[in-house]
Amino acid sequence: MRKVCVLGGGMTIFRRRLQETGKEMSYEATKMALEEAGLELKDVDSVVMGSAPDAFDGIHMKGENLLDGAGGAGKPYLRVFVGGGTAVFTPIAGWWHIASGMADVCLVVAEEKMSSVFPHPQSAFGHIWDPILDRPLKPNLVWIFAMEMNRYMTVHGIKKEDIARVAVKNKRNALDHPCAQLAANLTIDDVLNSEMMAWPVQRLDISPPSDGASAMILASEEVAKKLTDDLVYLDGAGWCIDSTMWTDRDLYFPEYVAGAAKMAYKMAKIENPRKEIDVAEPYDPFDYKELHHMEGLLLCDKGEAPILTREGVTERDGDLPVCPSGGLLGVGNPIAATMGIKACEIYWQLAGKAGKRQVPNDPQVGICQAWGDLMQYGSVLIMRRG
Amino acid sequence: MEDRIAVVGAGSTKFRPDTSEQNWKELMFEAASKAYLDAGLNPRKDIDSFVTCAEDYWEGFSIYDEFVPDQLGAAMRPTCTVCGDGLHGLAIACMQIMSGMVDVVAVESHSKISDLNTYNDVVLFAFDPIYNRPLAGHPYYVAGMEMNAFLNGSGNTEEQCAGVASKNMTNALKNPLGAYGKNVGVGDVMGSEPMFSPAKKLDIAELVDGSIVLVLARAEKAKDITDNPVWITGFGWNSGTPWLEGRAWGRASYAEEAAKMAYKMAGIAEPRSEIGFAEVDDKFSYKELMHLEAVGLAGKGQAGNDLENGRFQPDGDIPINASGGSLGCGNLIEASGLHRALEVVLQLRGQADGRQLNDIERGLAQSWRGVPTASGAVAVFER
Repeated sequence: MRKVCVLGGGMTIFRRRLQETGKEMSYEATKMALEEAGLELKDVDSVVMGSAPDAFDGIHMKGENLLDGAGGAGKPYLRVFVGGGTAVFTPIAGWWHIASGMADVCLVVAEEKMSSVFPHPQSAFGHIWDPILDRPLKPNLVWIFAMEMNRYMTVHGIKKEDIARVAVKNKRNALDHPCAQLAANLTIDDVLNSEMMAWPVQRLDISPPSDGASAMILASEEVAKKLTDDLVYLDGAGWCIDSTMWTDRDLYFPEYVAGAAKMAYKMAKIENPRKEIDVAEPYDPFDYKELHHMEGLLLCDKGEAPILTREGVTERDGDLPVCPSGGLLGVGNPIAATMGIKACEIYWQLAGKAGKRQVPNDPQVGICQAWGDLMQYGSVLIMRRG
Repeated sequence: MEDRIAVVGAGSTKFRPDTSEQNWKELMFEAASKAYLDAGLNPRKDIDSFVTCAEDYWEGFSIYDEFVPDQLGAAMRPTCTVCGDGLHGLAIACMQIMSGMVDVVAVESHSKISDLNTYNDVVLFAFDPIYNRPLAGHPYYVAGMEMNAFLNGSGNTEEQCAGVASKNMTNALKNPLGAYGKNVGVGDVMGSEPMFSPAKKLDIAELVDGSIVLVLARAEKAKDITDNPVWITGFGWNSGTPWLEGRAWGRASYAEEAAKMAYKMAGIAEPRSEIGFAEVDDKFSYKELMHLEAVGLAGKGQAGNDLENGRFQPDGDIPINASGGSLGCGNLIEASGLHRALEVVLQLRGQADGRQLNDIERGLAQSWRGVPTASGAVAVFER
């Protein structure tokens, strides 16, 4: 297998109702990533696009529409789509392009423009359900995640304030992110007193809908060595989908994330993730999801993540920094484009380019993860400093 | 190619305009079961990864990816969706194997287009929302305009396009999978109802439902699985500009570039003499001629003459769309590319029944994603 390195990343600010079109946001992120890598579009052999439901943009074959903004015109161009898992799955697809020898330099672009949906992107989520079994109940996402959060809290006896700590931490971390949409200095009480959405989910437990794009440049080791001495390698990848029948699983533990993590750890030859991983960016669209995913990633025992959070282990200067970017809770949640605060962030942390967000002690190994579909998809990517 | 990849299993439903007795999951289940049986593999143990090709608007869901795993035996396994044609999915599957991450991959592609009451409007939703969508009308006007540009630019004729439709519909009579096999002459096509001038009713492939699954394996695994492997020796894919206004109309740049990529990989310098037969996209009759010139199986402006000289007939120099293509079997939307790959595999295995071609070693499959895209893929298969 050819070794694959990351050479650059880029992302737009995350906001609701950015004036730029999806093409323009893709262009902006792509340009930043190319500049960081010291490459031009003509050096790019192939382009991978990641984007979630077409219903957000109201454009059928959205990938085809975005392709020139993402630099794909006249090139081998592919779009992958695994729901919310797309954010970390897209660079995995880029990895295949280079490891297989089909490309030496691959541009990975992720875009989401949710605000085109009127009045709110939640209405596009009305079409993600089984038309016979689920849709007549008129469910929405907050509603099912409330069920999952409740189950997680019930099984482990977790208090709401221990979950609220995640929102406080991530929104504070986001104060250091130039693209952040909801960075804030909050207290646990602020979260606990925020508007009740669907018990136990409150407004400050949730990440916002956002517009945005992000991009990464991946290259073969041979190309990367010519451009930089500080190599960051893609070291392990895993992806896993559970059954469509979400009502059939016990929601307290994301087995599919564990499946993807085990695949990635095997590839990266990691036997003790808690000891060997220096920095983590699990998917945190809700505060409980960060905890849920830390457990799914086997970074701690089941039910232990809230304890580690309470003890400060997951703070930026803690023993295992988690979501030092500010995550989806603080920076924003343009579904696929959260690649910028997951995969790009891990690259920036390992390359020592994270600026004010930099975690101390020279991290060597980082992991990022995304989650999506009907509480069903896990994608995991591990990077290692050369 | 260092890591050779073989097709070790193939399965398909029939292609039919209406499948109201089966839902889309049942179509996928049928094709997958047949492919796994053909390969002699248990998907839950023996297949490492699953790829489906789909677009939300075709399926009528947001995040269609959710609805893929169960009917493919892919629950709790590495599975992904590619928003592309079946040959794009094939390319992803091959890259997964070549990258060393997996050994055996199943690729699925399907059409359940009969569920869609508003096909025209959905295709219009793929047009640029500011510049093109407001022009409305039936989106196939783009194909009519492109046909006109192609014929004017290349010197090929409407009669020659009608010849393509006649050949493919006749070929489909020998294909039990096909829905539109019939004895149709050039005059019948020329006399059929005018639709998107100069395209007439019989120049345009009718929509059908169906599902196709191919199972691919790395060489060392393939030898244990089957005695009759078909090797994928080259593949490529490419997209032109999405802007209708910015394209070189009448030229399939995506097919030219994809073929170049695939030929380089397969070590093919002279496609006309090195490729024995081909299945190329013919969602519109002119597209077959256009694509043949783009992938180098006919000289520029010569595809129509070659057709009239019988070169592309099943008993000609280089049989094209012996399956019946989309004109004869039906337009499977995103599954059209995998339909072509399936036919090439069946031919190379010697399993094409009454339409079996003789003395073939190497075949080509080529796809196009349809109006309004300029995206497509190519794959080369060998015995």
